[in-house]
Amino acid sequence: MTLSLTDPTWYPIASSDDLPFRHVYQGQLLGRELAVWRADDGNVNVWENRCLHRGVRLSIGVNEGGELKCQYHGWRYANRSAGCTYIPAHPADAPARRIQNRTYPVREAYGLIWSAANDDQVFQPFPGAEGNDWFPLRPMPVNAAPEDVLAALASLAPDDQPADLLPGLTLHFGDTYYFVQPVDAGRSVIRGLLSAQPDSATLRHCNETLSKLRDRVERAAAKKPAPEPLNPAFEKVSAELSTMPEIAVPRGNTLTVVVKRKWTSADGVIGFELAPRDGHLPTFQPGAHIDLHLPNGLIRQYSITNGPGDLMSYIIGVKQESASKGGSKVLVESVREGDLLSISEPRNNFPLRRDATRTVLIAGGIGITPLLSMARFLDKSSLNYELHYFTRAGDVAFRSELEALNGKVIFHTGLPREQIGSTIASALGEWSLAQHVYVCGPSAMLETVRATAASQGWPEASIHFEYFKNDKVIDNSSAFEVELARSAMTLQIPSGKTILEVMRDNGLTVPSSCEQGACGTCLTTVMEGEVDHQDVYLNDSEKRSNTCMMTCVSRAKSARLVLDI
Amino acid sequence: MSSIDPVTRDLWQVIAATDEITVGVVEATLLLDTRIALTRDSDGSPVVWLRRDEEQGDEIDPASVLDRLPAITGYGYIWTSLGNPPKELFPIPEYAESDRVNMSCGSIGIHVSAPRAVENFLDMGHFPYVHTDILGAEPHTEVKEYDVEVSEERDEVLATKCKFFQPRAALSAIDGMEVEYVYRVPHPFCAVLYKSSPEAPERRDVIAIFLQPMTEERCRAHLLQSMIDSTSTITDLRRFQQTIFGQDKPILENQFPKRLPLDPRSETPIRADKSAIAYRRWLSQKGITYGVIPVAS
Repeated sequence: MTLSLTDPTWYPIASSDDLPFRHVYQGQLLGRELAVWRADDGNVNVWENRCLHRGVRLSIGVNEGGELKCQYHGWRYANRSAGCTYIPAHPADAPARRIQNRTYPVREAYGLIWSAANDDQVFQPFPGAEGNDWFPLRPMPVNAAPEDVLAALASLAPDDQPADLLPGLTLHFGDTYYFVQPVDAGRSVIRGLLSAQPDSATLRHCNETLSKLRDRVERAAAKKPAPEPLNPAFEKVSAELSTMPEIAVPRGNTLTVVVKRKWTSADGVIGFELAPRDGHLPTFQPGAHIDLHLPNGLIRQYSITNGPGDLMSYIIGVKQESASKGGSKVLVESVREGDLLSISEPRNNFPLRRDATRTVLIAGGIGITPLLSMARFLDKSSLNYELHYFTRAGDVAFRSELEALNGKVIFHTGLPREQIGSTIASALGEWSLAQHVYVCGPSAMLETVRATAASQGWPEASIHFEYFKNDKVIDNSSAFEVELARSAMTLQIPSGKTILEVMRDNGLTVPSSCEQGACGTCLTTVMEGEVDHQDVYLNDSEKRSNTCMMTCVSRAKSARLVLDI
Repeated sequence: MSSIDPVTRDLWQVIAATDEITVGVVEATLLLDTRIALTRDSDGSPVVWLRRDEEQGDEIDPASVLDRLPAITGYGYIWTSLGNPPKELFPIPEYAESDRVNMSCGSIGIHVSAPRAVENFLDMGHFPYVHTDILGAEPHTEVKEYDVEVSEERDEVLATKCKFFQPRAALSAIDGMEVEYVYRVPHPFCAVLYKSSPEAPERRDVIAIFLQPMTEERCRAHLLQSMIDSTSTITDLRRFQQTIFGQDKPILENQFPKRLPLDPRSETPIRADKSAIAYRRWLSQKGITYGVIPVAS
């Protein structure tokens, strides 16, 4: 039998006990090294043991509970997806590109961790697996070919009760199952399962038998020529990742989610739990939001409230506004549990730096949603933060989630208007190096925080905020020319009209939704010319890149723009 | 055995610290998969030859060695070549300044290719994680924009305006400060770093790393310090540098593949890695294949 790198069989690669709290275990299967770690939510991850950045083993990294942190440059990778969520060398940028480690399938069962080289086979319990209280034996590494180890194990069976050979280097006799983990062509690990909890005499006996077997098999293997080791290749990263990172705006696909739960989180705040139909959702970073495609055709943005590595569902909070124009109103009134919704992949215009000595989070009302996520990330990494949550009486959303945090969470409920300013001032305090404040809430509050922070010596770069609505006054006074490269058209944009309107006037069908520079639907690639950005969708680095624009509000600083339309 | 590309073959390669080689006593080492022996003659000049049956520590009359490899002394080290080396070694002019303390800081074996070790030397992003509380500390993790160029005239990679916040940039530093670095890669397996000296802010301390490629996946790092420091002892200065290097070694030995991959698609660079990207391209353009995984043609 020759081992194959593409063997789809599930093999045990570790015992459950090898994965204690916050540990990273180095596993091996079919010539590959694996970083195996259990997140605080119990999920077991089996990843290629190599950071995509500089190739350092992830098994020497730090298990932070929801993320794995590489030892070399501190890159963080999310539980389940292995997507990169943070690059400390560039703390102010959200990792725009989709950097994702190679993952392998995993199943935890019968006290063992199982994995396979690929997803080609569905995990099947071995015959007779169900209904027993399995006890995994101490693993026995053997420097010999897996098939030789299996043959030696078969010879342990008594003559009158020959071993029952099963698929996947497995055999069974008496009340014991033996699995040979093919580490490499010339290396194996014997993993045994006893069908009941053993006494110490039984364990000693098993250990002695397997130790003798190991010595015998290794002596025989030493006399044979060593088999050629398997030679797995490291997969190449995508061409997009390999080039010097220009700022690129990800045009994510939409995905379908199920409304798993809908509940009233506070007066006027409805929580929605959105789950994938199978597997897990994409990696997100603290502060990220999704676009939600509503049944009435509108697109609205909602922040993800989840913590690190929490990808089994996204939880969002929706404010029930009586005067709403049909965005949150549709969600609150007509979307029910079990309904399917279309969402975008997460985008992040509100990235959280994790290089602060002190982080102040200030939320007003429904603005708590991105800050709850940030607080959860800071909490998991034991970073210093204070969360100030301003609400009207009775409107405290996500109270139990906030109370579960270990950091400083201060509720300012029903504060009279005149006290809000002074409370914000004392919450901020004087600025010193490496302090950052993040604020999300009504625009009046944003302005108060910005002004107060500035007056207390906080530099602009340390004040972070996010708009969901574009409250800026759009300056549409410029006039310029737009060339549509693919449509071979040249249009004159007069003052008072948007690019989008002029394109429509000329018979072009261009997608758009909010038409206030907030939703991202009309995102267009810019090939030439300098853009006068007026939207709140693109983040600052994306704007600076001058490679894309929102045609609904943004205009040209140069006399001419060339667009990829 | 691996083949040695012509560029690598014709380079000067470092093999030992001069003052660690005793006159008339054989030192054995490995260079580019080749067994090498060396000693010094009565003038103290290096004598290097392809090792035959000599053993480490044998006494030998240097005059009896007729078939010699080229050998020179530079920056406190002995250099040789398996091919036709240039007339001179790359310049480090500061080494000759009379008020500097010049010292070799030891030779440390590392189970990784020489180019991987060069790249690590050029890297600032790892300071808070690998040299915690010395060359960097969380939360100060940012690598600010810096400039990189490949100087055609001098045939070297040059990175300038590299700034990083360091809690204890040098032995003579007491408080944390933002330190400015300049990096030069004047030789495929050697790199030189200039950093503002805590004692004389207008001048720069020089730290160089010379890598001896023993095999494609093993090297020895030879360190040079040329410091403006009137108070620390040489032992302390050496110890400081060895501490730093001792922290790098386990990280480097956990890097895979051990040879430096030159295909841009084998790893994921970020803006902070500009100098590493320039270095990889430079190696590729020079046609270096030893210790690297060349781009598949």
